[in-house]
Amino acid sequence: MQKIEAVIQPSKLDAVKDALLEVGIEGMTILEARGHGRQKGHTEFYRGREYTVDLLPKIKLEMVVPDELVEKAVQAILSSARSGKIGDGKIFISKIDEAIRIRNDERGPSAL
Amino acid sequence: MHPRIVKLLLAFAFCTGSLFPAFAQTGSTADQIAKLQAQVASAQSSADNAWMLVSSALVLMMTGPGLALFYGGLVRKKNVLATMMQSFAMMAIITVLWALVSYSLAFDSGTSFIGGLHHLFLHGVGLTPDSDYSTTLPLQTFMVYQLMFAIITPALITGAFAERMKFSAMALFLILWSICVYSPMAHMVWGKGGLLNASLGGRFPTLDFAGGTVVHVTSGVSALICALYLGKRVGYPKEAMPPHSVVLSVIGACLLWVGWFGFNAGSALSSGTLATSAFVNTHFGAAGAALSWMLAEWIRNGKPSALGGISGAVAGLVAITPAAGFVQPMSAIIIGLLAGVFCYFMVIKVKNWFGYDDSLDAFGVHGAGGTLGAILTGLFASSSINPIFKDANGNPLPSGAVDGNWHQVLNQFVGIALAWIISIVGTLVLLKLVDLTVGLRVPRDHEVEGLDLTQHGEEGYDFAS
Repeated sequence: MQKIEAVIQPSKLDAVKDALLEVGIEGMTILEARGHGRQKGHTEFYRGREYTVDLLPKIKLEMVVPDELVEKAVQAILSSARSGKIGDGKIFISKIDEAIRIRNDERGPSAL
Repeated sequence: MHPRIVKLLLAFAFCTGSLFPAFAQTGSTADQIAKLQAQVASAQSSADNAWMLVSSALVLMMTGPGLALFYGGLVRKKNVLATMMQSFAMMAIITVLWALVSYSLAFDSGTSFIGGLHHLFLHGVGLTPDSDYSTTLPLQTFMVYQLMFAIITPALITGAFAERMKFSAMALFLILWSICVYSPMAHMVWGKGGLLNASLGGRFPTLDFAGGTVVHVTSGVSALICALYLGKRVGYPKEAMPPHSVVLSVIGACLLWVGWFGFNAGSALSSGTLATSAFVNTHFGAAGAALSWMLAEWIRNGKPSALGGISGAVAGLVAITPAAGFVQPMSAIIIGLLAGVFCYFMVIKVKNWFGYDDSLDAFGVHGAGGTLGAILTGLFASSSINPIFKDANGNPLPSGAVDGNWHQVLNQFVGIALAWIISIVGTLVLLKLVDLTVGLRVPRDHEVEGLDLTQHGEEGYDFAS
């Protein structure tokens, strides 16, 4: 089992969700996040005062998937979330030791 | 009814009465005419009263929700309720104060500078007209309409000390301010025997249709003194303090724009053609200034902003206020265009040059826009719109500089100077007094935590529940 965390542009959420469903990812958690990588923020003006906003709104997706689905899921995110411009986001992958379904104490990949 | 027809009828009634004394109808015909005249007067009174009651409600709408939303959106999230509360509290506090003492101080005949005490506790303020103010309106309608002005004026000042003043200090200061600054100024410009009253023969007749000096210069200049006296907010200007919701401010500003029709067109104190002039001018002035502020911003920053647009509209409404019932519609557009650029300059440049923290630009918009509007009223006032000055035979005399009466510009400066002086002196003395008794500012850690929690024990937004 592996955990895929992807930080994406908010406008890409629907496309990414659909692409993941298509490759068989059935569950995910979505967080509204703010952040920045190499992308610089933007400037706002209020009555002539200038404000630099460097934390931009992002969406963070989290899902734990069986090993054989990881590459498919990554490809699905890459193809649906990419605009080619700076600020498209990142994907992080890590190993997961255990998964437990709260409803019936089921363990391992079948709990996903 | 046409006077000639009335005479004819009277003559006819007289003849029939004297020719046929046995069938004398004099009494009943004269009665009928008198009855008709009474009905005509009553119809006019009803029409005027209907418009003035609607106008009164519109002006109250300017304070809550208009100003409360406009100012509330401009502060940080942690101060939204405290800011709205300052406007709302005026609706309750000033209303009671008005009934007890300040209506009398403003509108009773007294000295040139302040009204007398005959109307304390609304004594003698009944349902019959006071012909010095209006021949058609019940005096209570006039009283309640003027009350709405007395409410919004101190509420405007709250923009200068937003996010740092104690609620108790704010309430006490504005009560005293209403008595010591607003009432005398309203008396001088609009009250019986007032020094500046143009329609009742004041010594220096200042043209101020709906409160350019009485409302906007006094509140704006007092706001500047408050900003200077209280000092900057913690973190200003290093820390970013952007408006937490321009959306609220847009809604508030649009409510102000609509409410301003009551403010300006209502100041005709009748539902006739003068109200139409003031209504049209109000709208054109607002549009002109919204446009010129947006354009100035567009040129300077590359983008026109929503906040710029609404700030411009309010600046235009302020500037057209003294002129609304005196100028031609095209003059109103010019006044608006000038006000938008001038107030933009005051807010963007002048504030930064001097470094004072007028949090929501009460001075930059109301003080500056009101002063400019009062001067421009002297330039553009036209007797074809409102023949306010008349010679001994009742013929209209020139009003402003466009009519050839350049002297009026000087009179405007007298009114403006008095408004500035009474605001500066009054505000300084009262702030000192409140500072020494209850203290003006909240403690530093309360200011950082936010006034909603520390002053009122509640929060504006709780999305978790």
